[in-house]
Amino acid sequence: MVTIRLDGLGAFHGARLVLSDVSTPIFRGGEVVAVIGPNAAGKSTLFKRIAGLLKGPGRVCLEGAAKGPDGICYMPQDTAANAVLTVYESILLARKQGSAWSVSDGDLALIDGILAALSISDLAFRNVGELSGGQRQVVSIAQTLAREPEILLMDEPTSALDLHRQVEVLSFMRGLARKQGIAVLIAIHDLNQALRFADKCIVIAKGRMIACGTPEDVVTPALLRDVYRVEARIERCSRGIGHVMVDGVAAETAATASIAA
Amino acid sequence: MSSEPAALSAKQGRGLYRALVLRKQLILAGLALALLLSLCIDLALGPARYSLDQVVLALVSPGSVPLQVRVVLWDIRLPIALMAVVVGAALSVAGAQMQTILNNPLASPFTLGISAAASFGAALALAFGVALIPAAIEYIVPLNAFVVAMLTALVIHLLSLKRGVTVETIVLLGIALVFTFNALLSLVQYLSSEQALAAVVFWTMGSLTKATWPKLIITSLILLATLPIFVRRAWALTALRLGEDKAASFGVKVARLRLETMMMVSLLAAIPVAFVGTIGFIGLVGPHIARMLIGEDQRFFLPASALSGALILSASSVASKSLIPGTIFPIGIVTSLIGIPFFISLILSNVRRSW
Repeated sequence: MVTIRLDGLGAFHGARLVLSDVSTPIFRGGEVVAVIGPNAAGKSTLFKRIAGLLKGPGRVCLEGAAKGPDGICYMPQDTAANAVLTVYESILLARKQGSAWSVSDGDLALIDGILAALSISDLAFRNVGELSGGQRQVVSIAQTLAREPEILLMDEPTSALDLHRQVEVLSFMRGLARKQGIAVLIAIHDLNQALRFADKCIVIAKGRMIACGTPEDVVTPALLRDVYRVEARIERCSRGIGHVMVDGVAAETAATASIAA
Repeated sequence: MSSEPAALSAKQGRGLYRALVLRKQLILAGLALALLLSLCIDLALGPARYSLDQVVLALVSPGSVPLQVRVVLWDIRLPIALMAVVVGAALSVAGAQMQTILNNPLASPFTLGISAAASFGAALALAFGVALIPAAIEYIVPLNAFVVAMLTALVIHLLSLKRGVTVETIVLLGIALVFTFNALLSLVQYLSSEQALAAVVFWTMGSLTKATWPKLIITSLILLATLPIFVRRAWALTALRLGEDKAASFGVKVARLRLETMMMVSLLAAIPVAFVGTIGFIGLVGPHIARMLIGEDQRFFLPASALSGALILSASSVASKSLIPGTIFPIGIVTSLIGIPFFISLILSNVRRSW
């Protein structure tokens, strides 16, 4: 089984250290880890550092990955593209990087399967430039899956999706993680979705890791006040899943000031 | 998330993709045939007109046609006609890759000032014999053109990496570079002797008539040396059009790919300019026609760009001989007359964000 652990991980943007000292316990294949934190906290930076796209101190300890570091696949935040490529071609493109020109039946069968699994077969021969934000996001997930990840880093994969699609995509990702033994790290703003779908949770703020544990242990009124600066309660629904109920904006406290610093 | 109807239509996906590939291959074959036809017409036209049968016979079996026809076709017209094909392909491929790495549909060697830079470098050699890199005398002109073009390409590349630089900024920068090098070229012309001035002026108009077999071979070799490198990187280059972050997430070494491609592009753009002068808009129009016909999968886009660029310049060569019988227009004038309306329509469509 694949495992990943971060050991004192940091990242540079140019010469500036923008992320430091992120150390986590071991995350195992099959687990979904939510990475939460306010805007510009360093979530994307953390993912880029894990994926090897940024340099910095510390280590990414990977074990049991058949493809080694190539098994880590990063799905960046949604960006519009105006390329004259069909969705099908754009997914094939993700799969074939570093490979020969020829496209095998196996490649095409995999893409057909991904399109069907994500219910976007009807988009297959639309141009990527014509897609809505939500459609682009699901296509982006399909591109990432075409690379057959062992560790999957998804940067806000549901930010442009409607509620139905969010639940659908997150349920699918959790099912895929369990079925294929993939460790899935998802940067997400919706704390209720994190509480509902994640097995573990990392909190990043101001380029540092503030907390790590189960979502129930991590997402607390104190954290919401100190990191998000909102007064909120956590209420449990009938199925025992926590739900964040926001009461209002919190006043500045010594704790929020220290995180902000 | 899967559903039965989606799964059913997914099975058709494979077939539709294979059909799409076949369609693209047929378009490529069509372009190649059109190019062959244009090449034959180009060879047939001139002060002495030959039939297509004669041209084909002279090419396939030179011994079976009269000596005069053989000399005219093989020694005079063939280098020029083939130069049109090779230069058109080189400029179009250069434009296609500039548009790819800068993610900018208006990029081309001509619009970004690389052709103007090459003109200035070459003019330095033509007018004053200045060699920016010490070399044998016959190679000073192309080497100068290449050095100045490459430095310009590097400047564009470095500026394109700056934060906040948009598609429009790069185009405006290109216009500034065109003006700068044109001003410098005028200065060279002003300071040069009468004989050198004539050479520089004629050469800036762009003309294929100075094509020779050695020039054709050098240009072809550069095209043949760079094309396989682009071909090997087809998947990575295509990924750049999905955005830098997306390409990097696919494992593409974006900065290195851009830099290496820009260097090859400046070589592809500079050498034809050094030999045949400034031929504008092929690097802009060629890739756009290819993109409209075949999309941006570089496995097809690259050959389609080369073929459409070659076809446009070969057809322009035919037009330059046909407009006024007995007169051969400098081909740069013909391509500019075709290219400028195309460029304006692209700018307008760019404003509407429909590209």
